[in-house]
Amino acid sequence: MSDIKKFMFVNRKAPYGTIYALESLEVVLITAAFDQDVSLVFIDDGVYQLKKGQQTKGIETKNFSPTYRALDGYDVEKLYVEKESLEARGLSEEDLLVDVTVLGSKEMGELMDQQDVVLSF
Amino acid sequence: MLHIINKSPLTNGSLDCCLRVAESGAILLIEDAVYGATKGSAIEGKIRDAMGQFKIHVLLPDLEARGLADRIIEGVTTVDYGGFVELVAGNKNCQSWL
Amino acid sequence: MASIEVGGKSYETDEEGYLVNLAEWNPDVGNYIAKEEKVDMTDNHWEVVNFLREYYDEYQIAPAVRVLTKAIGKKFGAEKGNSQYLYDLFPYGPAKQACKIAGLPKPTGCV
Repeated sequence: MSDIKKFMFVNRKAPYGTIYALESLEVVLITAAFDQDVSLVFIDDGVYQLKKGQQTKGIETKNFSPTYRALDGYDVEKLYVEKESLEARGLSEEDLLVDVTVLGSKEMGELMDQQDVVLSF
Repeated sequence: MLHIINKSPLTNGSLDCCLRVAESGAILLIEDAVYGATKGSAIEGKIRDAMGQFKIHVLLPDLEARGLADRIIEGVTTVDYGGFVELVAGNKNCQSWL
Repeated sequence: MASIEVGGKSYETDEEGYLVNLAEWNPDVGNYIAKEEKVDMTDNHWEVVNFLREYYDEYQIAPAVRVLTKAIGKKFGAEKGNSQYLYDLFPYGPAKQACKIAGLPKPTGCV
């Protein structure tokens, strides 16, 4: 169908320190209701959003990391993480709480170019 | 594709990230990102290197407001608000980096 | 802040009647809210309400109707995984009404 657009959400902020990560997640969940082609990208500190084992009791903030695992049920299946960002933080795919596709920055840029709408958080 | 940056590249990683990930196209520096378009800053070299790959623009009113309109790196194009609109309209897609 | 009184204990709710603290929920509270919503709770109702609580426990959100419908179908069979079935149980919307009875916040993306 031609009215389906490619939406990319670019996440570059760590969770909890600012509201961006949670806001992005909520927008993604709402967008999922409109049957668009949605991709989520995690670059820079955004990769920390997907770190396993988050425990927020001590900071009295809601732990929204389990919600990334619900995305599959919302038919949001395209999750991409930049390889360079993971490496710069001493993380690997095994540290992440959902299945993702790891891309180098060049491939990530190509994917970005193909989008109709790119939203940055 | 048009990439819009609005944070000072001297204190924020948006421009670095954009230069690392983005393929080609145009970059527009607005608000505090205009500091990146000035001669003598620590990131001048980075901007000059990027010119081979991207067309670099800077929003003149933001540069003027900061007293730096006389210090633009050669090869960086200034645009006014109309030029800003033309850049957005003339590119297939754009991203406002945060 | 509004509140409801169940079994001699007071429970805080928001202005729409959703429980503020989902940890306070128990089946009696569920029954009380159901009565206010004019929903006559059967085993089939409880199946959905309990499912919603499990879903929230796992993912920290209340699912959108479309997602709930699909998940219910997967778990309890196709005859239950359709909106007709769920709206028959919860006429004012399965996500909205069932979530309220389950003590969950209003679903994100509940358009």
